[in-house]
Amino acid sequence: MSKTSISNLVSRLSLLIILSFFFTTVRADNAPDPGLVSKGEVLFKENCKTCHAVHTQEVGPALKDVTKRRDVKWLSAWIRNSSQVIASGDKYANDLYNKFGKSPMTSFSSFKDDEIKAVLAYIDAESVKGPEKKEEKVVIGEPPVEKVDTTSTIILILVVVVLILVLTTLIVFLSVIKRFLKDKEATLTEADKELVNQKFDLVAVVKSKMFITIVSLLFVTIAVRACWLGALSIGVEQNYEPVQPIPFSHKQHAGEMKINCNYCHTGAYKSKQANIPSVNICMNCHTHVKEGPRFGAEGIAKVVKAYETGAPIKWVRVHNLPDLAYFNHSQHTTVAGIECQKCHGPIEEMEVVRQHSPLTMGWCINCHRETAVNSKDNAYYDKLLKVHADSKKKGEMKAEDIGAIDCSKCHY
Amino acid sequence: MKEKNKVFWKGVEELHNEPEFIKNNLNEFPESVLAKGAAASDESAPDRRDFLKLVGFSVAAATLAACEAPVKKAIPYLNKPEEIEPGIANWYATTYTEGGDYASILVKTREGRPIKIEGNKLSSVTGGATSARVQASVLSLYDTERLKGVQVAGKASSWEVADAAIVDRLSKISQEGGAIRIVSSTILSPTTWKAIAEFKSKYPTTEHVVYDAISSSAISKANAASFGKAVIPSYRFDKADTIVSFGADFLCTWGAGDYSTDFSKNRKLNKNKKTMNRLYAFESSLSLTGSNADFRAPIKLSQEGLFVAELYNRLTSSRINTEAVKNDILDKAVTDLLASKGKSIVVSGSNDVNIQILINEINLALGNYGSTIDLSTPVNYRLGDDEKMNQFVDDLKGGKVAAVIFYAANPAYDHPRAEDIKAGLKQTKLSISFADRADETASLVEYIAPDHHYLESWNDAEPKAGFYSLAQPTIAPLFKTRQAQESLLKWSGNNADYYTYLKNNWASSILNGVSWDKALHDGVYEGASTSSEAAPSSSSFNGADVAAGISKVYTSAAKGIDLKLYEKVGIGSGVQANNPWLQELPDPISKATWDNYLAVSKKYADDNKLEEGALVKIKVGNKELAKAVPVLIQPGQAQGTASLALGYGREKAGKVGTGVGANAFALTTVQNGLVQYSAFNVTITPTGEFSKIAQTQTHHTIMNRPIVQDATLKEYQANPTAGRFFPTVTTPDGKVAPAKVDIWKDQHVQPNHKWGMSIDLNTCLGCGACVIACQAENNVPVVGKREVINRREMHWIRIDRYYSSAAEPKETGVYFKGEGDLEMPEENPQVTFQPMMCQHCNHAPCESVCPVAATTHSTEGLNQMTYNRCVGTRYCANNCPYKVRRFNWFKYFDNEEVFDKNTSMNTALGRMVLNPDVTVRSRGVMEKCSMCVQRIQEGKLTAKKEKRKIKDGEINIACAAACATGAITFGDQNDPESQVSLENDDLNKDRAYAVLEELNVQPNVFYLTKIRNI
Repeated sequence: MSKTSISNLVSRLSLLIILSFFFTTVRADNAPDPGLVSKGEVLFKENCKTCHAVHTQEVGPALKDVTKRRDVKWLSAWIRNSSQVIASGDKYANDLYNKFGKSPMTSFSSFKDDEIKAVLAYIDAESVKGPEKKEEKVVIGEPPVEKVDTTSTIILILVVVVLILVLTTLIVFLSVIKRFLKDKEATLTEADKELVNQKFDLVAVVKSKMFITIVSLLFVTIAVRACWLGALSIGVEQNYEPVQPIPFSHKQHAGEMKINCNYCHTGAYKSKQANIPSVNICMNCHTHVKEGPRFGAEGIAKVVKAYETGAPIKWVRVHNLPDLAYFNHSQHTTVAGIECQKCHGPIEEMEVVRQHSPLTMGWCINCHRETAVNSKDNAYYDKLLKVHADSKKKGEMKAEDIGAIDCSKCHY
Repeated sequence: MKEKNKVFWKGVEELHNEPEFIKNNLNEFPESVLAKGAAASDESAPDRRDFLKLVGFSVAAATLAACEAPVKKAIPYLNKPEEIEPGIANWYATTYTEGGDYASILVKTREGRPIKIEGNKLSSVTGGATSARVQASVLSLYDTERLKGVQVAGKASSWEVADAAIVDRLSKISQEGGAIRIVSSTILSPTTWKAIAEFKSKYPTTEHVVYDAISSSAISKANAASFGKAVIPSYRFDKADTIVSFGADFLCTWGAGDYSTDFSKNRKLNKNKKTMNRLYAFESSLSLTGSNADFRAPIKLSQEGLFVAELYNRLTSSRINTEAVKNDILDKAVTDLLASKGKSIVVSGSNDVNIQILINEINLALGNYGSTIDLSTPVNYRLGDDEKMNQFVDDLKGGKVAAVIFYAANPAYDHPRAEDIKAGLKQTKLSISFADRADETASLVEYIAPDHHYLESWNDAEPKAGFYSLAQPTIAPLFKTRQAQESLLKWSGNNADYYTYLKNNWASSILNGVSWDKALHDGVYEGASTSSEAAPSSSSFNGADVAAGISKVYTSAAKGIDLKLYEKVGIGSGVQANNPWLQELPDPISKATWDNYLAVSKKYADDNKLEEGALVKIKVGNKELAKAVPVLIQPGQAQGTASLALGYGREKAGKVGTGVGANAFALTTVQNGLVQYSAFNVTITPTGEFSKIAQTQTHHTIMNRPIVQDATLKEYQANPTAGRFFPTVTTPDGKVAPAKVDIWKDQHVQPNHKWGMSIDLNTCLGCGACVIACQAENNVPVVGKREVINRREMHWIRIDRYYSSAAEPKETGVYFKGEGDLEMPEENPQVTFQPMMCQHCNHAPCESVCPVAATTHSTEGLNQMTYNRCVGTRYCANNCPYKVRRFNWFKYFDNEEVFDKNTSMNTALGRMVLNPDVTVRSRGVMEKCSMCVQRIQEGKLTAKKEKRKIKDGEINIACAAACATGAITFGDQNDPESQVSLENDDLNKDRAYAVLEELNVQPNVFYLTKIRNI
């Protein structure tokens, strides 16, 4: 009997333990699943972020606590086809539609249930978190403030001051001595007299060989230097800021609306070129948004016209890398994890796109020398890391150390 | 290793040392126009002031031009297709067909433009092999000479107008009972056959005549006679130990099947496999097959039948009564064939039924049916019926044909009775051609309804019974052309588009429920083996009849010169004659480009006092070649024979192909209903004029050095290092290997990858597919005949062809016997092919002499060439021991006045073929093989993006990918598991050698010794 009771006890205990586990898991289920949230984040950034933000109203309403306002079923129907919901006579939907200038939301009919769930989970998670604090944003590509080396300027000024002082002292000395000698003129020899009475002859100095040589040398040096610097800048179009056929504002789209670069520049993370977006991408939004805050309807009308007439838009190319240099965006963005702003500058603040970097070979090479390889969790670099660790070179493995300054890296 | 028939003169004037030539020879550059004006009157000569003005102006102009960068426009897609991402290539599986020639291929497209073709490894028929013609066909797509739309009586018209008129007249002709004929080359597509059948049922007076420009009719006729099946069997060369070929160039063009892959499977050697097949070739002219043969016997064409009969008599118990011939090599072949019964193949390239019947009997006696020859799975490469075609020409000439439709056929050019066809066409009431251009035939017809290029088409193919293949468009049609099948269907009253028609046909009769999408993705659909039919064990054979037939044609008493008309690996039957890549592809044997020529033996040339390049007229019976052709002295050409290539002398091919060479089809004859490509007792008359042949043969080759290292199989079996040359350097400490003495500090280290190649000389057949693949991949320009003569061809990879005397086995591998001993042209030389490209030396001589560091070494073992840094001193080319560097003497792009033949860089359409990842080099810079660095970079990037290591075989370079036999292996030498490491270090360590090892330049390319099975 005692045996059974013991076994009973054991089984009860284990049941308890199992149950407690069960409850804990159930409780864990109530909290958002981090996997789901991160999946939702990706989906949100790719699809929704163009028009929506969680805490602020953008093109569309702020989505904070949207799941508390409407149920998942309603939201799913709305996301897949909002026009249908409006047509069904749903009051909430119609109110919303009228509130936002009767521009319907883009339909995402291909969204699966779990994808919608993921997006909503992300919105919930963000709602709980509250608005992002305006933190000190570390913009990697912030145009480096030209650090004018003030110490050297101070030294320079000091030197000049000292020299001027010395010069004045000398002149003072000279006149004092001259006066002194003039007073004793009688005691001086002929030769000394001549020396004392000598007048400063500017013309003679200018005409002297020494002077001409020095001046012409200076002139030649300056001219050569100017030519050299000029020659170096040939073809370097830094700060090139051409007028585009449509006054598209990156400041508004990327800066204020925070549209992900990848939404329009579809190749930026996977292809050689980032791609200027095709007009159909513009039309995703501009089917509804016909008027802009800066240029009114005129600019957008051009986009719509291009789409409707089939006449492509001829943008002016800003970044012109010569044909002889091969550059691949995905190598830098996806593999190296470099921000767009590193090369393109504060693009999200540019009203008109400007070539931020010189795009010279020296500039490329310099970065390859300074940048450490993003080798984290990338098996491709395992062998190279080992080789680098065994080598005499100290510090991080730079791009330069693994052949990033080989000629055939870019030229072939 | 000395070259034969070297020419040391660049033109007639040089040969005769004419005063004009000597004068010009002193001036490196022609006199300028300015200077010429000065010669007229001294007063008008430009003075110092003029010079200064000019200099000042140019400097100012240059400065101004340099300051203002041009505004460039970027035009994105209006509506970007979902599958296209600019900068990322898309690949499509499709099918190449040209007549009966077939290849399952993958097409690389960039931004919607096909730019490169690779073989499709999923196909068990081709196994991923491609030929030079397949590789080059992507350029033919962008041929500006293609018709832009339908033409009626030589004028552009609209499809509606043409369709209405054609349907109207076809119905009328059909009602009147007038004969309608569709004339085509071999059609591999079962759905096209169905469309033609539909056309026939609509117009019942229609008959379909199939003929091949280069016919294999005799084989199917012989099989009909022997086994009651008029088919061409499939051959399994990989299963054969002994192969005997009587003039069948099966490694190159014979029967269009790609047999080189199968053949070379059994020629690969390594430490675990030390046996290989043995190939005998009996032929008149030195073919690709003959040059790869272990034993080659040059024979007269007029004795070919006697040799086959002799072999038959020696192998079987029964005898047929023909004249006996004696030949040592035949004796050897008999012994080997008897020793490898059931594991041998005997083939003949003759279009004489009697010979083919004898070949069948020989194979039957050897028990090859069912093992190496498969009659139950016939191939469809050559379905032409010469007799039927002959009948058609008779009918056409007799005015009995009311309407004729030509589909993928150009008989006014490539049929022996072209003149009859031209005359007969005038008597037809309706003539239509689907040709893509107004070629020789199409220019004589009333309606040209141009077909799409195959890269723009939906289609299918059945190269071998039960093996299907799909073709899909890789680009939207460039012009207002229409698929021929769709035209036929439309005229038959079926308005279905061909895609739907094809898909339905596949669903109903081919796929058996298998997914269409999968078949389309794979490019091939190979159903279960269709036939389990037993191999024939007996045949019907009438020895007396065959003997009589043989004796009538062949005799050893024939005195005159026999002429062999053959097909070249590049030009083939001349369909792609307007493709400059193919025209400039050096012939594997003669290394001649841009021409066909009469190949004669040295003896014949000496006897008749013919110099190389001497123009001759050729007459066969009453047929004469319209144009005189130059003579080329060909080592290995059988005494009393001459040979001339078909496919040249196109009159209406386009600006590239028109007028290149002479049309040898004019010399073909029809005998007993079959087209014959050999002629006996031809008359050759020198005209007394000369024309230089543009040969690359002696360009960039290296004399008197142990470049090629070879041995016999027996030697190799006894000693794996047989034939190897181990150079030594004498030092105060005695003789040491060159690598021990080094003036370099070893500064080049390759920690991560060390790219390298292994080239197996044993399986390199010399076909040239790699040359074209490289040209397409790397934007290599075509320079034209004149510049080839000036030795300025630009190919990055060349295939060096070395002749050697048939030395005794104990002497192979000995090269420095003396200056003269290999100099004399041999009657029957041994041939070795050696692909040569930049060897990517780790101690590169070119790198150390470049004054501007334009050529440097990479951390992955590549010898890099930086075009934008090159100033064109050409020191590097001078210092390269392998002569693999090419200098851009001219601006080959955007320079149509001078280089109009370089269509891929000089026309807006042609430029679409350029690889956007490779720079088009400008004038004045050096270039060379980059080991397809763009592919390496792409492969590395893919691996990095996927956060993994590179897999061996994932990156492949253009030449290696194109090689049908796998002779070129590429990979990372730092990876001990990679195929290239296995080849060079493990499997074939003893055979792997670096060319010119004595220089200790430490190349990254290794060659495996050539082993001959003698």
